[in-house]
Amino acid sequence: MATEITSGPGAAGDGVRARAGGRAAKRALPPSWPAVVPLLVFVALAFGIPAVALLLGAFTVTDPRTRISSLSTANLTESLRGNYLATLLGSVQLSAVVAVLGAVLGAFLAQAVVTSRSRALRESVLSASGVLANFGGVPLAFLWVATLGNSGVVTSALGLGEAGWSLYSFWGLALVYMYFSVPLMVLVLVPALDGLKTQWREAASNSGATAWQYWRYVGVPVLAPSLLGGVVLLFGGAFAAYATAAAMTGSTVPLVTLQIADALTGNVLIGHENMALALSLDMIVVAGLVMAVYLPLQRRSTRWLR
Amino acid sequence: MITSRVRFAGLAALLLAGATACGAAPTTAAPSNTASGAAPAASDSSSGAGAAAGTATSAADLGGLDKLVEAAKQEGKLHVIALPPDWANYGKIIEAFKAKYGIEVESETPDAASADEINAVKTRKGQDRAPDVLDIGQSFAISGAAEGLFAPYKVEAWDKIPANQKEPSGLWFNDYGGYVSIGCDAKKITKCPETFADLLKPEYKGKVAMNGNPTKSGSAFAGVYAAALSNGGSFDDIQPGLEFFKKLKTAGNFNPVETTPATIEKGETQISIDWDYNNAAYAPKLADKGLDWKTVIPSDGKYFQLYAQAINKDAPHPAAARLWQEFLYSAEGQNLYLGGFARPVLLPAMKADGSVDKAAEANLPPVEGEPTFPTDAQITKAKEALATGWGAAVGG
Repeated sequence: MATEITSGPGAAGDGVRARAGGRAAKRALPPSWPAVVPLLVFVALAFGIPAVALLLGAFTVTDPRTRISSLSTANLTESLRGNYLATLLGSVQLSAVVAVLGAVLGAFLAQAVVTSRSRALRESVLSASGVLANFGGVPLAFLWVATLGNSGVVTSALGLGEAGWSLYSFWGLALVYMYFSVPLMVLVLVPALDGLKTQWREAASNSGATAWQYWRYVGVPVLAPSLLGGVVLLFGGAFAAYATAAAMTGSTVPLVTLQIADALTGNVLIGHENMALALSLDMIVVAGLVMAVYLPLQRRSTRWLR
Repeated sequence: MITSRVRFAGLAALLLAGATACGAAPTTAAPSNTASGAAPAASDSSSGAGAAAGTATSAADLGGLDKLVEAAKQEGKLHVIALPPDWANYGKIIEAFKAKYGIEVESETPDAASADEINAVKTRKGQDRAPDVLDIGQSFAISGAAEGLFAPYKVEAWDKIPANQKEPSGLWFNDYGGYVSIGCDAKKITKCPETFADLLKPEYKGKVAMNGNPTKSGSAFAGVYAAALSNGGSFDDIQPGLEFFKKLKTAGNFNPVETTPATIEKGETQISIDWDYNNAAYAPKLADKGLDWKTVIPSDGKYFQLYAQAINKDAPHPAAARLWQEFLYSAEGQNLYLGGFARPVLLPAMKADGSVDKAAEANLPPVEGEPTFPTDAQITKAKEALATGWGAAVGG
C-alpha cells in the first residue's frame, strides 16, 4: 500500500526493510502450523474414520441369504421413502419448531436478564441456564412424565387430563425439548446483548427513533449473527436428541434418531445396520443444508460490524 | 435383551457405529488382559484341557465335567454381556456360579440388546473383552449361527431339550422364556384387565404401556404378536396386532412411555404389557412400595417365546463359557431361572424327574394349554410388517 503512494528510493527502502523484517521474524518464530497437527490428527481419527465407515456402510447392501456385499444406492433411496422419510421430516419439523420458538423465548428471557438491575437475578438465571442447557436423556423424560404425564403431579392437580392435555404428542415433546433449548439460547445471547452499547440506543433516540425502529434498524441487525447461530445450535440439539423421546413418546412422534436406533441395535430387527447408516447420512446432509443457509447469512450480517 | 436404554444422542450413536464397524474402538484393555486371561488357554499346554476347550463340543470331549471344571478354574474368568441382574434372576445366577466354581464373572453392559451382543462378538474378535457366552433372541441366534459366530456345544442335558428348541449341532439352544402378560396395579385400578379386548375399555384411558418400542424391544414385539393372535391374526399375519394398537391409540388408552419399575411406582404406567417373568418379578419389589402389582396372561392372546444361549466361537475363556452353559442347564441353574419367574426349557423334564423347585413353580402366573411357536420365517415376516407399519399405527 505504501508503495502506491510514495515513489522512488523510499519505496525501495521500504521493501527492503519489509523483507529484512520478514527474515528476522522467520528466524525468531518457528512455523506455527505444527501446533495444529494434534488437532488435525484427532479430527481425522475421531471424525474421519467414522465418517468414511458411515459412507461405505450407507452404500453397501448385503444379501441376507448369500451374505455377499455390493455397492448400491438402495439404502439411500429406501431411506427417502415411506416410513423412513416420514421420520426424517418429523425430525426436521420438530427441530425447526424447537429452534424458532426456543430462540424467540430465549431472546426475550436474555433481554430481561440483561436489562434487569438485580445482579442476583442475572447470576441465578445464568447459572440455572448453564445447568438446564445440559439436561437431557432419560432423567429429563422422567422429570416431565412425573410432572405432566398422564398421572403426573400437575396433570392430576389441575385436571389437565380431562381438558385433553397429553404430554405424549408432538407439542408435548417440543415443550420438553424447549426445557434445555431456551436456557441454551440464553447462554448464547447474553454476551451478545451485553455487547449492545447504550450509546447506540441513546444516539437512536436522540435522532428521534422509536423503540421499534431502534430494534428494527440497530439492535436486531447487530444481534443477527448470534441469533442465527443460536437457532442453528438449537436445531442441531433437537435434531440429534434421542433418549428423551425414546423413553417418553416411542414411535408416536416419528423421529429419525429413533429409527436409526431401531435399525442399529435392539432385539427385533436384524441386518438393518446399513439402513441406519444411510439415515445417518441423510441427517448429515440436513445438518449440512442448515449450515449452508446459515453461513452466508452470518457472513453478510457480520460484515458491517467490522 | 431388554430394550436397550442407550443414552447417547443419534449423532453420537452413528459415530459409535462407525467406530465399531471398523473395529478401531475397543483396543485398550487387550494387552494387559491377555497375560492373565486368555494366555492360559492358548499357551499353557501342560494341562492339555485348556487348549482343547475351544473346540470341545461336549464335556465328554474334555474327559468329563470334572475336567471341564478344572480347565475353567484355570481360566479363572468369564466375560458376559447383556445379563441384567433383575431379568430372569441373572443376578442370583451369576452369584451362584461364582460361589460354586470360584470363577470371576465380569458382567458388562447389562442392559444391552441382542444386536449389541452380536456386534460385540464381531468387533472384539480375538480380544479378552469379547463376550464368552450370549443370551439372545432366537432369531439373532439363527442369523448369528448362519454367520458362523458360534461354537457348537451340547450340554449334558442336551437330549432333554425339546428338538424344536435347539439347533441340531448345538450352535444355539433355548434356555428360558415366558408368556406375554398384562401387569396391572390393583391398588389404583379397580378391575384389572385380563384380556387384550379388556384393554380397549374406556376406564383404562392413557394407562396401557409396554416395556419399550416394538421395533426395538423383544417383549413389546411379542406384545403386538400376541395382540394379533387375539384379534383374528396368526403367526403369518401380525397386521391385526397393529390394528389393535391403532385402536388402542385412537381410544386414547395407549401410553407410549417405556415401562420401568420407576414409572410403575410413579403411577404413570399402571398397566404394562411385558414378559410374565418381568411383571411377576416387579410384584415383590413394588409390594414394599405399597403397590399391588398383578400379572395376568391374557387368555385371548397367549404367546410364548424362549431366549437362546450360544457360545462365542472365539471365546476368550472357552472352558468357562462351556461350564457356564453346563451350570445353566443343571437342575440348579434351571431352578434359579424358575426362581426369577422365568420358565426354563427343561421345566417339563424336571417336572417328570422331580428335580423341579415346586415352590418356585407354584409362583408362576397360571396359564392353560400348551404353547405353540412360530417358525423363523414367520417371525421374520412379522418383523418386517411391524417395522414398516408400527409408526403409522401409533403415530400422530
